[in-house]
Amino acid sequence: MSSTIEMAPKKIQTKDKATSLSGSQAVLEAFLAEGVDTIFGYPGGAIMPIYDALYDYQERLNHILVRHEQGGIHAAQGYARTSGRTGVVFATSGPGATNLVTGLADAMIDSTPLVCITGQVFAHLLGTDAFQETDVINITTPVTKWNYQVTDATEIPSVLAKAFYIAKSGRPGPVLIDITKNAQIQKFDYEGYEKCNHIRSYRPKPIVRKEYVEQAAKMINEAERPFVIFGQGVILGKAETEFLKFIEKAGIPTAWTILGESAIPTDHPLAVGMLGMHGNYGPNVLTNECDVLIAIGMRFDDRVTGRLDKYARQAKVIHLDIDPAEIDKNVKSAVPVWGDCKETLPLLTELIAPKVYPQWLQKFREYQQQEEETCINPELNPTSDEMTMGEVIRTLNELTGGDAVIVTDVGQHQMVACRYAKFTQSKSNVTSGGLGTMGFALPAAVGAKFGAPSRTVVAIIGDGGFQMTLQELGTIMQFDVDVKILILNNQFLGMVRQWQQLFHDKRYSFVNITSPDFVQVAKGYRIEGNSISERDKLKAAVKTMLDHKGAYLLEVMVGKENNVFPMVPQGCSVAEIRLK
Amino acid sequence: MSKQEFTVTVYTENQIGLLNRIAIIFSRRKINIESLNTSPSEVEGIHRFTIVINEVEEVVKKLARQIEKQVEVLKAYYNTNEEIVWQELAMYKVPTDEIAEKVKVERLLREYGARAVVIRKDYTIFETTGQREETDKLISVLEPYGLIEFVRSARVAIIKASSGFHEKLKEFEQTEPGEEVIENEFLDKQDEVFTM
Ligand SMILES: Cc1ncc(C[n+]2csc(CCOP(=O)(O)OP(=O)(O)O)c2C)c(N)n1
Repeated sequence: MSSTIEMAPKKIQTKDKATSLSGSQAVLEAFLAEGVDTIFGYPGGAIMPIYDALYDYQERLNHILVRHEQGGIHAAQGYARTSGRTGVVFATSGPGATNLVTGLADAMIDSTPLVCITGQVFAHLLGTDAFQETDVINITTPVTKWNYQVTDATEIPSVLAKAFYIAKSGRPGPVLIDITKNAQIQKFDYEGYEKCNHIRSYRPKPIVRKEYVEQAAKMINEAERPFVIFGQGVILGKAETEFLKFIEKAGIPTAWTILGESAIPTDHPLAVGMLGMHGNYGPNVLTNECDVLIAIGMRFDDRVTGRLDKYARQAKVIHLDIDPAEIDKNVKSAVPVWGDCKETLPLLTELIAPKVYPQWLQKFREYQQQEEETCINPELNPTSDEMTMGEVIRTLNELTGGDAVIVTDVGQHQMVACRYAKFTQSKSNVTSGGLGTMGFALPAAVGAKFGAPSRTVVAIIGDGGFQMTLQELGTIMQFDVDVKILILNNQFLGMVRQWQQLFHDKRYSFVNITSPDFVQVAKGYRIEGNSISERDKLKAAVKTMLDHKGAYLLEVMVGKENNVFPMVPQGCSVAEIRLK
Repeated sequence: MSKQEFTVTVYTENQIGLLNRIAIIFSRRKINIESLNTSPSEVEGIHRFTIVINEVEEVVKKLARQIEKQVEVLKAYYNTNEEIVWQELAMYKVPTDEIAEKVKVERLLREYGARAVVIRKDYTIFETTGQREETDKLISVLEPYGLIEFVRSARVAIIKASSGFHEKLKEFEQTEPGEEVIENEFLDKQDEVFTM
């Protein structure tokens, strides 16, 4: 980063200068200038001028008509997560815009860069309870990184430039631009598009403080039982290589949060697994035994820390994060390292001594051994007749070699998939982490495929979550989206049932869910499928799914009352993690 | 750590909707705002919020960081009452005949540093500026004479330290170039990767 004061913004000439354009055309010109290739959306009265303009841009902008705006925004999230780019969404005013709220909240908490464009009623009708008018700006304020209402077309180029800059820079997040219908129609003299790279009041990256990097290096060099935990910051910062260099030189055992998963290969020699409520035994227990805890691009979510007053009290915490508000928010750090980890990690790597900690690493392996015996083995190689979710994931690993993008919904299957899936490449684990949004996986898988078209995309979904957004099968049908849909059907809202079993005396209150014949449903959408309930058919069925050209739905009937273990019960310390 | 009064000073761009964004940061944590003032600052285009809350320092520090995270916020500071000079403005409406008859108005004005803003036949409005206890005192004096209406402004505050906020603001205002957005590897390959 240089500290030059003047920096010429990059001028992008799409249309000739001083051409007359409508606001709607200006939106699409901005997309072209920002390199947008795919838009997920759903039309309606208040965004019709933009759709009208889109008619002439079809060759250059790929628009995917979803079946529900929630599907549209989750698709854009999936796209962003596998491509590392900004997802783009269109929705109309009123109900169209309010249908985006769940996805905005999800993207906000999981730091996903999005630019959402919503139509709005004519400016002169604002505040009159006009047809399909809602105060979208105020509704979405708590769930956007930034939002803005455009009432005059001349603002569009600069506002969109700002929107893309804000969504992507620093800690990424969703941005919503609400455009009144008059502004979409209004013609104005277009002066070209200038990318934004500076906003007076906005500093996306904090200034790296070298003295803190030095203190951190010293602390690491003096540590006896250092432990690295990392989150999605490594992926968002595109710092996978820098991160690997760091841990490999430091020789420190390393665990990931659910959103950090896949940033390093799952079977890396220093990888010790997943943190959190359903994470692995060793990393959870040993969080409370390490002497230096190095947290990188993660935010100490309560699902990771469990009880805060019993979390890593013995450890000196070094926290690397791009968002200064995360430092000391939940866990007090001994040394804060503000900054983009792509910049701070190499500085740190430079200053640390190459080391190995064979005995300390061995401790993780011992816990792993215990976990293997009590949880992992019974889950992956069950002896009962009923199939487990774990063995389905194991079979998937065997057949994909860990190269697939795995998109999960929310529930037991999510935890099992994240626990057992193997990953060889970054940006392969797409899941709703912070919000835990059921209904996320199917549309997100659609977007994930557009974000990484050359990769195999497998959506793993529960029977409950699938029924929340299954209408997106229509999108898959219409646009030939090659996603593999793997439903793990336990005939229950499994995760809630597990809690009721463990913490509510098995009072199974409304968790018994009846499902339609999913294969028939898929057939209705002209998507091939199969349903199996016997183990000896598993491998062949998964292989058929993966080999199939185009979308495919496979339902696997699994044990009704299996539980996901280990588990840190809510309100307990990470060291109190239960193996059964 | 116990709760005490903190004054949060926020420098922002002048933007619609920002008040809401800032207010949400307090309301989602169920923190009551004691007083809030917003006005232009000495810097062109920059507004200043002065927010008073009762909280423990640890929480106030986190709040300030959350506020600073907002795109249109340049800087947020927090101070204890010892670190600032602060004032509130109060206005008092009383019946003119009562007050003219029964009170030595000149003494009142002198003693409480008050000022008559409007004198009409039916009522008189006094104004005074000061800290809470000072403006409160005048209420108790005027109440027996039929105080009709009383209003107090939000707090305005200036930091005692001589460099103040301005220097820091100038430091912050030094521009830093942004980052380039990475291009899509699949761009221009639409036909190869998408079937429609
Ligand atoms: C939109 C939404 N509603 C409710 C929940 C609460 N919830 C969490 S997990 C779960 C059960 C999920 O059941 P299913 O999709 O069948 O997956 P399973 O746990 O059985 O694998 C529920 C209801 C949620 N996370 N999201």
